[in-house]
Amino acid sequence: MKTSAPTHRHLPGDLAVWFFIFAELAVFGILFIGFGVARSLDPDTFSAGRQVLHPWTGLINTIGLITASYLVAVAVHRLRHRQPGVTPLLWGAIAASSTYSFGKLWEYADLYSNGYNLGTDTFFMFYFFLTFFHFMHVVLGQIILVVLAMKVSRGEYNGDDMNGMESGASYWHMVDLVWLVLFPMLYVLA
Amino acid sequence: MKYESQRVAMPYFIFALALFAGQILFGLILGLQYVVGDFLFPEIPFNVARMVHTNLLIVWLLFGFMGATYYLVPEEAQTELHSPLLAWILFWVFAVAGTLTILGYLFVDYATLADVTMNKLLPTMGREFLEQPTITKIGIALVVVGFLYNIMMTALKGRKTVVNIVLITGLIGLAVLWMFSFYNPGNLTQDKYFWWFVVHLWVEGVWELIMGAILAYVLIKLTGVDREVIEKWLYVIIAMALITGIIGTGHHFFWIGPPEYWLWLGSVFSALEPLPFFMMVIFAFNMINRRRRNHPNKAAMLWAMGTAVMAFLGAGVWGFLHTLAPVNYYTHGSQITAAHGHMAFYGAYVMIVLTIISYAVPIMRGRPYGNSNTAQIVEMWGFWLMTISMVFITLFLTGAGVLQVWLQRLPESGEALSFMATQDNIALFYWMRLVAGCFFMAGLVVYFGSFFIKGQASPAEEVRGPATQEA
Repeated sequence: MKTSAPTHRHLPGDLAVWFFIFAELAVFGILFIGFGVARSLDPDTFSAGRQVLHPWTGLINTIGLITASYLVAVAVHRLRHRQPGVTPLLWGAIAASSTYSFGKLWEYADLYSNGYNLGTDTFFMFYFFLTFFHFMHVVLGQIILVVLAMKVSRGEYNGDDMNGMESGASYWHMVDLVWLVLFPMLYVLA
Repeated sequence: MKYESQRVAMPYFIFALALFAGQILFGLILGLQYVVGDFLFPEIPFNVARMVHTNLLIVWLLFGFMGATYYLVPEEAQTELHSPLLAWILFWVFAVAGTLTILGYLFVDYATLADVTMNKLLPTMGREFLEQPTITKIGIALVVVGFLYNIMMTALKGRKTVVNIVLITGLIGLAVLWMFSFYNPGNLTQDKYFWWFVVHLWVEGVWELIMGAILAYVLIKLTGVDREVIEKWLYVIIAMALITGIIGTGHHFFWIGPPEYWLWLGSVFSALEPLPFFMMVIFAFNMINRRRRNHPNKAAMLWAMGTAVMAFLGAGVWGFLHTLAPVNYYTHGSQITAAHGHMAFYGAYVMIVLTIISYAVPIMRGRPYGNSNTAQIVEMWGFWLMTISMVFITLFLTGAGVLQVWLQRLPESGEALSFMATQDNIALFYWMRLVAGCFFMAGLVVYFGSFFIKGQASPAEEVRGPATQEA
C-alpha cells in the first residue's frame, strides 16, 4: 500500500498494521467488558480496590502518554512535509512516555510491598493484568519509536514513502488510546 | 522440484501416510469399543488402542512436518539441503524408534514397558499423549535437534525468506517445548502445568506457525501472488496466534488448582483464538481470488482451501464452543471435547500435511504440473469423503456431548445420571459416529488409490494471467 499526497484520503500506514490494531483493540475490548461485568457483580470490592490506587500517578502517566502521542503526530507531519527536527521529536516522545514507565513501575512496587498482587481479588486481578498487558504494549511501542527514530536519522525515511512511519505512529496512538480508557476505568469509575 | 535434495521429503511423506492409515484403523477399533465394550479384549484394551490412536497421530504429523520442511526450506533458501545423508539417517532412526514404541504399546503391558525401558531412572511415562517411554522421548529430542541443525545450516547459507523464518521459528519452539515432557513434578497441579506447556503450546502455539508457513508456501506456488503480500498476512496471522494462544493456555487451568484469575484470563484470551484461524480463511481465499495463474494441480488448491476452512471450524468455532469458563464448568472432559479434538486436528494439521503432500509429491514423482486429471478427481473424492465424514463424526460427538452434559452434568446432584448410565443413553450417537468413521476409512482408501493412477497434468492446462512471474 503506497501512500500518496496528504491532500486526498488514504489509510495511514499499512493495512496489515490495522488488522493488528483491530485485533489488539478486540482483546482489550473484551477485557473491558469483562471488567464491567465483574464490577457489576461485586461493586464493593472494586471501589475498595480503587481507593488504594494513586490517581496522581495515573494522571501523570496520562499526561506523559498524551504528550508522546502529540510529539509523534508532529513528527509524522514534519516528515511528510520534509521539515527538519523529526528525530528529536521522536526521541522526545520516547522520553515523555518513559515518565509513564517509571510511574507504573513505582506504583507496582508500592502496591506489591503493601501486599497487593494478581491474586488479591478480582479488582486487583484486572488492575495488574490490564495495566501490565498495556505496559508491555507501551514497551513494544517505545521499541518501534526507537526504530523509527534511527531510520529517520539515517535518512531511510525521508517523506517519499510514509508507510513505515505511519504504521509505527498508528500503533503508538492505539497504545495511547487504550490507556485513555484504562485510566478513568481503573482510577476513577471503578 | 528445483533441488535434488528436496527428494528426501519423499520417505517422510510415505511413512507419515502409512502411520495415518494405522491411526484410522485404531480409530475404528476405538469407535467399536465405545459401543461393544469387550471388543478385542484382552488383546487390545481401550486404553491401549487410544494411546496408539493418539500417538500415531502425533508421530505421523511430525513426519509430515519434517517432510514438508525438507521439501520447502531448500527451495525457499535456493540452495541444496545441507546434508541429505543426515536426513536419511534421522528418517530411519525416527521410523524404527516410532515403530518399536507402537509395537511396545501393543505387545507389552504398559508397566512392563516402563520397566524394560528403565523409566525409573527418569520417570516421564503415564501422561496422556506423552505416554512414550523416556528413551523414545530422548530419541525424539535427538532426531529433532539433528533435523533442526540440518535445516538451519541450509536456511542460513541461502536466501532468507519469511516463510523459512516463520517455519523454523515454529520448529525451534516445537523442540524447546518438548523439553517440558521430561519434567514430571509430583504435585499434580504443577504436573498439569508442564503437561499443557507441551500439549497446548504445541497445538495452539508453535504448530500454528508451522501450519501458517506451509500454507503460505503452497499459496505462493499455486497462485503466483506476490510473496510480499503473502508474507505480510503471515506475519499478522502468527502475531495473533501467539497473542491469543500463549495466555489462552489458561483455558486448561480452570479446574486444576491454580488461582482464580485464570478463569478470566483463560476465557478472554482463548475466546480470541479463533481470530488467527478466521484470518487464515480470509487470507487463503483472498490470495486465490487474486491469483495470477491457474495451476493445473487443482487437488492441491482444494486441500489448501479446505485446510483454512476446516481449521477455522474445528479449532476456532468448536474450540470457542466450550472455552468460556462458565460453559466449560459443565462441558469439561465431555464428548464435546472429543468433537473439538477430532475436527481441530483433522482440519488444521492433518489437512495442512495432506496439502503439502498433494502439491509436492507429484513434483517429486516427475509430474511438475500435478497428477493426471483422473488421479486428481479420485484424490478430490478422497478429500470430500474424509472431510464430510469428519464433519459428521464431529456433529455426532457434539450431539453425544450435549446430551451427556444435559443428563449427567446439569441436573442437581441426586438427580443426575451416573457416568455409565449416561453412556447407555448416548450410545446411538456413538453408533452413528462409528458409521461416519467407516466412511472416513473409505475416503482414505480412495485417497491412497489416487497415488496409483498413472499420467500427469500437462503445462497446456495452466492458464496464466498477465504479468505472471515465477513465484
